[in-house]
Amino acid sequence: MRDNMGDQSHGSPQGAGAVAKAQAGSVDTIQDPGLPPHRPRLTDTEPRAAKRAERQVGILFAISMIGTILFLVGYFAVGHPESIAETRLQNMLLGLGTAFAMLGIGVGIVHWARTLMPDHEIAESRHEVRTEEDRRDAEEIIDTVLEESGIKRRPLIRNTLIGAIALAPLPALFILRDLDLTKASAGEIVERLRHTAWDEGVRLTRDPVGTPIKASDVQIGSAFHVIPEGLNELEDPLNEKAKAVVLLMRLNPEDLNISPEREDWHYDGIVAYSKICTHVGCPVALYEQHTHHLLCPCHQSTFDLTEECKVIFGPAAHPLPQLPITVDDEGYLVARSDFHEPVGPGYWERG
Amino acid sequence: MSTPSHQYRPATRTGRIADFVDQRVGASGMVKEFGRKIFPDHWSFMFGEVALYTFVILLISGTFLTLFFDPSMAHTTYTGSYDPLKGVGMSVAYHTALDLSFDIRGGLFMRQLHHWSALLFVAAVSVHMLRVFFTGAFRKPRELNWVVGGVLLVLAMAAGFTGYSLPDDLLSGNGLRIIDGIIKAIPVVGTYVSAFMFGGEFPGTAIVGRLYMLHIMLIPALILLMVAVHLFMVVVHKHTQWAGPGRTEDNVVGFPVGPVYAAKAGGFFFIVYGVVGLISGFFTINPIWNYGPYDPSPVSAGTQPDWYIGWADGALRLMPGMLGDFSFDWIIPFPWGDNTLAMGVLVPALVLVGLLGAMFAWPWVERWVTKDDREHHLLDRPRNAPFRTGVGVAGVVFYCVLWAAASSDLIATHFHVALNDVTYWLRTLFFLGPILGFIVARRIALALQRKDREIVLHGREAGIIEMSPEGAFSERHEQIDDYKLYKLTSFESYEVLPPQADRAGHVSRSEKLRGKVSKFFFEDRVAPVTRAELEEARSHHGHHAVAAGSHEELGQ
Repeated sequence: MRDNMGDQSHGSPQGAGAVAKAQAGSVDTIQDPGLPPHRPRLTDTEPRAAKRAERQVGILFAISMIGTILFLVGYFAVGHPESIAETRLQNMLLGLGTAFAMLGIGVGIVHWARTLMPDHEIAESRHEVRTEEDRRDAEEIIDTVLEESGIKRRPLIRNTLIGAIALAPLPALFILRDLDLTKASAGEIVERLRHTAWDEGVRLTRDPVGTPIKASDVQIGSAFHVIPEGLNELEDPLNEKAKAVVLLMRLNPEDLNISPEREDWHYDGIVAYSKICTHVGCPVALYEQHTHHLLCPCHQSTFDLTEECKVIFGPAAHPLPQLPITVDDEGYLVARSDFHEPVGPGYWERG
Repeated sequence: MSTPSHQYRPATRTGRIADFVDQRVGASGMVKEFGRKIFPDHWSFMFGEVALYTFVILLISGTFLTLFFDPSMAHTTYTGSYDPLKGVGMSVAYHTALDLSFDIRGGLFMRQLHHWSALLFVAAVSVHMLRVFFTGAFRKPRELNWVVGGVLLVLAMAAGFTGYSLPDDLLSGNGLRIIDGIIKAIPVVGTYVSAFMFGGEFPGTAIVGRLYMLHIMLIPALILLMVAVHLFMVVVHKHTQWAGPGRTEDNVVGFPVGPVYAAKAGGFFFIVYGVVGLISGFFTINPIWNYGPYDPSPVSAGTQPDWYIGWADGALRLMPGMLGDFSFDWIIPFPWGDNTLAMGVLVPALVLVGLLGAMFAWPWVERWVTKDDREHHLLDRPRNAPFRTGVGVAGVVFYCVLWAAASSDLIATHFHVALNDVTYWLRTLFFLGPILGFIVARRIALALQRKDREIVLHGREAGIIEMSPEGAFSERHEQIDDYKLYKLTSFESYEVLPPQADRAGHVSRSEKLRGKVSKFFFEDRVAPVTRAELEEARSHHGHHAVAAGSHEELGQ
């Protein structure tokens, strides 16, 4: 067979078809002995074995009927479950019933086919998918159709048709513009990603209850999940929350490496950072006190709190944005302003 | 028919019914075509069937679920019978998904049946594709059906993901958030695509309804269409078969559809259904009541996506966002301002697209390297195509590295190793794993081929030790029968095809490259035993002495 490697051809001892097939054997290959002789099964020769197989199939089908009944028992006898245990019991009975009902039929039929139906293998010959003449005819028809339509001879018709067809799908594309239900302009779509519910004087409150946090409540080493005050009264609380959630932690002020422009963004070692991971937006929910690391449980991006949440490991590519905070006259923590950069993952217009 | 020429007179009842139907819809042609059509039988042909049958189970269980599920994201308060969530605010979608689990009898079972069959569906499609790849069943004339199968794999993953997001629980919401992050990374249009998808900002109140439409209408319709095309092409091409005595490129040997094959395949549907039913009855999957409603703030650690999304999640995890102080969020200065290219997300996305692209393109790559334009209806044993087996194993290793990376945190916690080390190792394996996989698999395949040659030429080891009159011990070898002999020798082995000049005598660059690839793939080869070799081995083997390694093994 290695003699006709890469053979694109036609010539082969067995039939010179238009389609070249592999295994167009050379003389040096080992002879095909043909199909092995059929070996009769026990059920072919022993009437008692056949009878036994017949009974087995019948029993399997009967098991299926029992399974169906079991399903109905599970459904009606257990009724509407009133506890988790009953829910589990019902689910198990339904599963068991289905399994018996289906496996009974399935195994029964396969057993029937394997023991009682003829097991002689039959050979059928393959044909070409299409013959050469068919292909020629088809080519001719297409040529005739093109010729009769005159599309090649009349370029005006062809070109204007191409133009019209190219333009026609545009409405189908632009009609999807209002998939954004907010009626926002393109500029607004980009701009709103830069703003959150935080603003000067907005109190930091506990997530989800919304009670304000006093600076004195925040111990060194502790962490708070924070939302802006009044979040739940907003029009789209979930949308706002998806951008505004913040993590609040207190560290020893000496541990913090603060850049000059952020010197007044913390209050006595209390710092607030966006909880939205800058990788693909999961909540950065894990805080490791001893190392001062924040870890995102989705893809393990790790941020160093002492270095203004610089990425020290994982797939995130920029630091978590910091929320500048201070305290109001009553001693509650408040924001000094909104975030100074967009929260969450990078996007084209982020800059 | 305007002139009814009615000579056929049915004698039996079956005949009368057949006649009635046939005169109206012409079904006799179908019966003639399919009634005794031959299908070859082999266990490895079952995976495609499993895929088809789990899809049918998905349609059945999914239809039940739509009767009770309401994909609205409107806010409501839980009033159902699951105590821990009573009075909790949530979306209608989550509420009805909980109702399906606790207040509608059989609803939980149907949810589990649906989810388990979905997992099995994608698994069956994947294993089926591996079978087709490693046996070379994608070769001419079946290349397009390979592509249709690849499209089905992508659609299966899309169906899975859209369904996963519907219950609007905490886990699925976080999954959607990740999708939002990936979409936003698309250059130029990402921000808008995200806004269009979610109907405004994430999460909005539109996404579940939209995914629902995709999940229960568009994607299943496309899958059905592709399944129809897939099966139509199987009928046109006829099924491939394993090489063996009596099986040639010109015939199909197997059982007729009616009754044996239909009975086996039909019975198998019920078996698959029964097994999935058993699993669904005893093993909880996606217990949404434990996760709570979606809220953008909490997330649970150690959560995993459904298995088929794992490779995508793993790719996201493996990509480093920073190298030292260098950030993969590339900021590109334009005259109108700075734009960001989020390479930390785009690179993994391109890796996934690249792997899928390579999968789609492989039939043409192989054809280009071998210049083999013939039809192939006989399957290759994986060992008999060492280069392909090597490439396939490389692909599988690559996929599995990504897949393992999706569980990097669980690997770290279960085996008490540092998470960072797990990631570093997996990053190394990302590059080295496929190369090692290729080399090892190809070597194993070549070794197995040599063993086959050994068995053909010197017989199988009989397990009988004989002592010669001189006192030497040797094991007796027995000749294998003609059928086995043919099975072990009837394969093709591609040879290196050096670059070839075109008509003008010029060897193009791509041809040179092809020559190099051909050399790389086929330099080491084991040729099938020829008749001459066999005769020679048998004639000088009267005294069955087997000096290992002394004989010429390579066919060259």
